[in-house]
Amino acid sequence: MSPVVKILLFMFSCVLTNNYIFSRFLGVCPFLGVSGKVETAFGMGLAVTFVMTLASLFTYFVYYYVLIPLNLAYLNTIAFILVIASLVQVVEMFLKKSAPSLYSALGIYLPLITTNCAVLGVTILNITEGYNLLYSVLNGTFGALGFLVAIVLMAGVRERLESAKIPAPLKGFPISLVIAGLMSIAFLGFSNMFAGVM
Amino acid sequence: MAQYLPILYAIAALGGLGILFGLVLGLADKKFAVEVDERVKAVREAVAGANCGACGYAGCDAYAEAVVRGEAAATACTPGGAKTVKAISAIMGVDAEAGEAKVARVRCQGTCENVSPRYDYSGVSSCRAASGIAGGPNACEFGCVGLGDCVAHCAFDAIEIVDGVAVIDDDACTGCGMCISACPRSIIQMLPKDQTVVVMCRNEAIGRIARLQCKTACVGCKRCEKACPSDSIHVIKGVAIIDETTCTRCGACIPVCPMHCIVNFYERDPEGEAAATAQAELLNPKEN
Repeated sequence: MSPVVKILLFMFSCVLTNNYIFSRFLGVCPFLGVSGKVETAFGMGLAVTFVMTLASLFTYFVYYYVLIPLNLAYLNTIAFILVIASLVQVVEMFLKKSAPSLYSALGIYLPLITTNCAVLGVTILNITEGYNLLYSVLNGTFGALGFLVAIVLMAGVRERLESAKIPAPLKGFPISLVIAGLMSIAFLGFSNMFAGVM
Repeated sequence: MAQYLPILYAIAALGGLGILFGLVLGLADKKFAVEVDERVKAVREAVAGANCGACGYAGCDAYAEAVVRGEAAATACTPGGAKTVKAISAIMGVDAEAGEAKVARVRCQGTCENVSPRYDYSGVSSCRAASGIAGGPNACEFGCVGLGDCVAHCAFDAIEIVDGVAVIDDDACTGCGMCISACPRSIIQMLPKDQTVVVMCRNEAIGRIARLQCKTACVGCKRCEKACPSDSIHVIKGVAIIDETTCTRCGACIPVCPMHCIVNFYERDPEGEAAATAQAELLNPKEN
């Protein structure tokens, strides 16, 4: 199998079969919190993509060039949190300067990427799955792409819900949770899609 | 010593990483510094700062930004009163005058003694919940439920429930109006601070029924209408309502009310009236 096909398969498996939200249930807080409008959901997805890719890159170096030589692999979680928190801070400053409208639209959810377990999940999975540098970064990017797809789909559904007739007790978050569950079941259909090839 | 080395490594590694990231963040902060308008900060400090939303913006920060952008009036912060208006005018270099000082008034005297009970309520302690059940725990379905939804919404601790009726402390009330939207019975009204004559009832039932429900209910007898020299009090939908724009605060309607539901708000507290007049003069010197 050529490396390009392999990477393409890896992308589809990250986005569809191993979707961080729908099959690993990571990063559900921003998924529900920022999925009110497609525009902000897209912005949030891009911010997460940026942070996840960079986090995968940096944690790879931190893990293999700092923690492993010093025999400190058991400190990976706390070291990764440090990396992610700093990255998010830099991204926040960058957005505040260059895209103030996106910055105010993301609001409280931007600092929340720090505690977005999907970001930490990606970096730790990179280690446990034993990915090399290329695949670690690709896992970060494609995992975040899966997050982006999920949150934009959700935002699209929720925008339509605004004008739908919903029974009063289900309005707002209850119906969102029901929809998230249904979407998760739908994504279950992709499971084992690449089991024979990968 | 050797057995402690891993700990030292761990401290050095994490500490080093921390210092490194700290330096990067420090540099990024310099590079991506955003200049904040000094006036926003100043206005933010001048307003009352309760995030009550009386100005119509999402909070004090949003209001301060809107003022500096020139979108919001300097007078919109009611809780801040004349002092805030003055401060904001000074910051923004505009000439703004404070509006009439207003306070919230609970128009009900349905204390435990006056109003007859309908049933014994033991549900969730919320006026909105209680008033939805068979017309509320009191016989009068227009009056104060007394479970304190307004107390919970008051950011200034100005309301307390005394003997089953909400009582607002005029000195503490800033006129933000949060209690008005909290009250399921709409008995709280924003009135000018010097409007001392108030009809303390909202009961729209016909006289006979109103009398059964509460000892001080307005029965709609229209005696106050006849007594009023300035034609400012009218019985509308079975309850007397004062038009505060024409009312001269003469108090002619008070003694003629057979149900004692029109009161002079400062009669019980003569010092309060003096304070109110003093404040009114301070705010509207033209009226002198």
